[in-house]
Amino acid sequence: MATLKELAKRTEGLVGGHRACAGCGASAAIRQILLAAADKPTVCGICTGCMEVVTTIFPFTAWNVNLVHNAFENSAATTSGMEAAYKALKRKGKIKGDINFIAFGGDGGTYDIGLQSLSGAIERGHKMLYVCYDNEAYMNTGYQRSSATPYGAHTTTSPSGKKIPGKQQKRKDLTEIIISHDPAYAAQATPGYYMDLIKKVEKALAADGPSFINVLSPCVPGWGYPSEQTMNISKMAVETLFWPLYEWQDGVYTINVKPREPKPVEEFLKLQARFRHVFKPGNEHLVEAFQAHISRQWERLLRKEEASK
Amino acid sequence: MKILAKTGNEAMAYAMKQINPDVVAAYPITPATEVVQIFSNYVADGEVDTEFVAVESEHSALSACCGASAAGARVMTSTASQGLALMHEILYIAAGNHLPIVIALVNRSLSAPINIHCDHSDTMGSREAGWMQLYCANSQEAYDSIPIALKIAEACGVPAIVSTDAFIISHCMDRLEVLEDDEVQKFIGEYNPKYFALDLENPKTYGPLDLQDYFFEHKRSQIDAFSKVLSTYNKVAKEYEKLSGRYYPAVEEYKTDGADVAIFTAGSTADTAKEVVDELREQGRKVGLVRMRMWRPLPVEEIKAALGKFKAVAVMDRSDTMADFGGPVFLETRGILYDLDKKPIITDYVYGLGGRNVEIADIVRVYDEISEIAKTGKVKKLVTYLGVRGEE
Amino acid sequence: MKDVKVECQRLMDWQELAKGCLIQEAATSRHFKTGDWRSLRPVWDSEACIQCLFCWITCPDTSIKVEDGKVVGIDYEFCKGCGICAEICPPKASAIKMVREEK
Repeated sequence: MATLKELAKRTEGLVGGHRACAGCGASAAIRQILLAAADKPTVCGICTGCMEVVTTIFPFTAWNVNLVHNAFENSAATTSGMEAAYKALKRKGKIKGDINFIAFGGDGGTYDIGLQSLSGAIERGHKMLYVCYDNEAYMNTGYQRSSATPYGAHTTTSPSGKKIPGKQQKRKDLTEIIISHDPAYAAQATPGYYMDLIKKVEKALAADGPSFINVLSPCVPGWGYPSEQTMNISKMAVETLFWPLYEWQDGVYTINVKPREPKPVEEFLKLQARFRHVFKPGNEHLVEAFQAHISRQWERLLRKEEASK
Repeated sequence: MKILAKTGNEAMAYAMKQINPDVVAAYPITPATEVVQIFSNYVADGEVDTEFVAVESEHSALSACCGASAAGARVMTSTASQGLALMHEILYIAAGNHLPIVIALVNRSLSAPINIHCDHSDTMGSREAGWMQLYCANSQEAYDSIPIALKIAEACGVPAIVSTDAFIISHCMDRLEVLEDDEVQKFIGEYNPKYFALDLENPKTYGPLDLQDYFFEHKRSQIDAFSKVLSTYNKVAKEYEKLSGRYYPAVEEYKTDGADVAIFTAGSTADTAKEVVDELREQGRKVGLVRMRMWRPLPVEEIKAALGKFKAVAVMDRSDTMADFGGPVFLETRGILYDLDKKPIITDYVYGLGGRNVEIADIVRVYDEISEIAKTGKVKKLVTYLGVRGEE
Repeated sequence: MKDVKVECQRLMDWQELAKGCLIQEAATSRHFKTGDWRSLRPVWDSEACIQCLFCWITCPDTSIKVEDGKVVGIDYEFCKGCGICAEICPPKASAIKMVREEK
């Protein structure tokens, strides 16, 4: 695996001058991913969303690699088309050498509107990596709930009102949905654990087939925290077991980070304005329900790891 | 020259085989399923080098086509009706990004009610998307139009739809004259786009975001590319004539010399109407037919020249605009003829929705009615729904 | 685009645009400076820096300058002053401090 010192000598895939918010977790993640991929030429696709909008405002692009944007829900299908073109053109001798294909999408473009496109692309076996930069809501349009939004979170379409305290449904376990497609590689990561993310990108790109990494990407305005806290919150998500770092390959689950003493989920929640209401008197049950859900998910993951050994 | 017996779908699939595109991403839909099916057989038998992507929806079909085309591949697909409707969002993106994808399409009605038979509501509903549209009258024309459309698309950076009528053409066996594979290859030439996303030496960003300062300029540039399509078509159609002996003008006139009245229509109905014209001409009646083959871009001057000389014209529209003012061909044709000092009286017959058969008698009735209009100058009914029960 | 830096600074007519709605060069955002978004400025102390590169790898704006694998400073043309670098800098080094931008 490349060390930071080695990575620092590589060509950046995402350069400065993009219009992401200060402290944006997703742009840090994409930068890290492109650095990890930079030992080979890389061609990317991207869904409409925050990252596409802030990085490609004509005539300014932050991308130092080829990028194709098509629509909101079809980065997987579009990138699969590029991969098909690559195979065809390589056969004809028009293109030489290997290319990394990476498709990016936010949680809206991946968990929700683009799920079918992603499922199809993975089932078809295209050799490409799909990265979901999961910031847990539709941030580009102003923080609306998605199926990745966690239970209890306030968003502009699951507001914490007088009667209903935030989102009443649990988040969808997308990583597990993808694993059920039997891809070449699947993992969860977050940019606070950048070496873990980089290693996973290397594994995903080396895998012989479709791969998927779900990257929890803290969002300063959407989650409501000071911009310098992005990496701390990213780490806290792992330390509280809110976002387990694990990978799956050939049927085997490996949990990459097992906190010796997991912190209560409150430690993650209390850093963010989107959960402010759950700490109001009378809402104790929300935190309890949240914790119960997190613990259950973790136990289940441990059992899956154990069973797949 | 080889002569084969093929249906419209077989003819289009055969043309695709001879083109041997780099990528075909497609999804089955009645009545175009056969095109996808036959083509995947060509792939399975190694008769083409194509990377065939059997996607999970038409939306993904066109999305994958866009990715492949942006990557620098020669790309084709096939669909119909609901499939084209599901592609609708991406039709605009393919066109806006100047991706010369060709769709071998079968015209079928749009739901609801669900129906698998012919009308033109699918492509007519997509006519603002920025795709060239060619409506074919028979299998031979469908076969010939595929390489013609591809060549124009790639030359202009404009995607194209070649369509046939559901079942009437798509599933009916017809005599088909085909070119040799190498003749087709020579005609279309090699595809080497200037910009392509697999160009690793010069990374670019394809499909960026335009704010208010650039969107209009990019659209204007797209409109400019589109404005070259008709002149390119006229050249390419002549070139194809040299190769095949078959010539297809954007607007076809049939027995219009000395005619007082004419029907203006598209697709297989035009072939039926030709029979009627022959019969009526034998009876000494001054009737003619004008066939609309290209409907995007609009061959404005050709339509003016073809229709301007008549006293009365009946448009036969195989779809409706829901504008309470007839079909799209009628509405747009009225706009085109507006500038003429001397213009024909023009009425509309919306017919054949959902595969309703159009009989010889129906077409005779249309000629009778416009002949009457030409004589009296009086229009009783501007828009007639022809062949629907409960209607006069 | 002939000279990207120049072309990015003016509004082009439609005839000048590449057919295909694309940005013909990579990384043209280098001509769009986001440094003026900043209200806090990171100040890097080369003496205190232990070259762990944590600030570099977590910067969302590619604004930690590196040369030959080593941090050499901060790119104030793009740095938005988020403060991630100062926050992630190991406490034993504390080589980056955030200070208020002077107007």
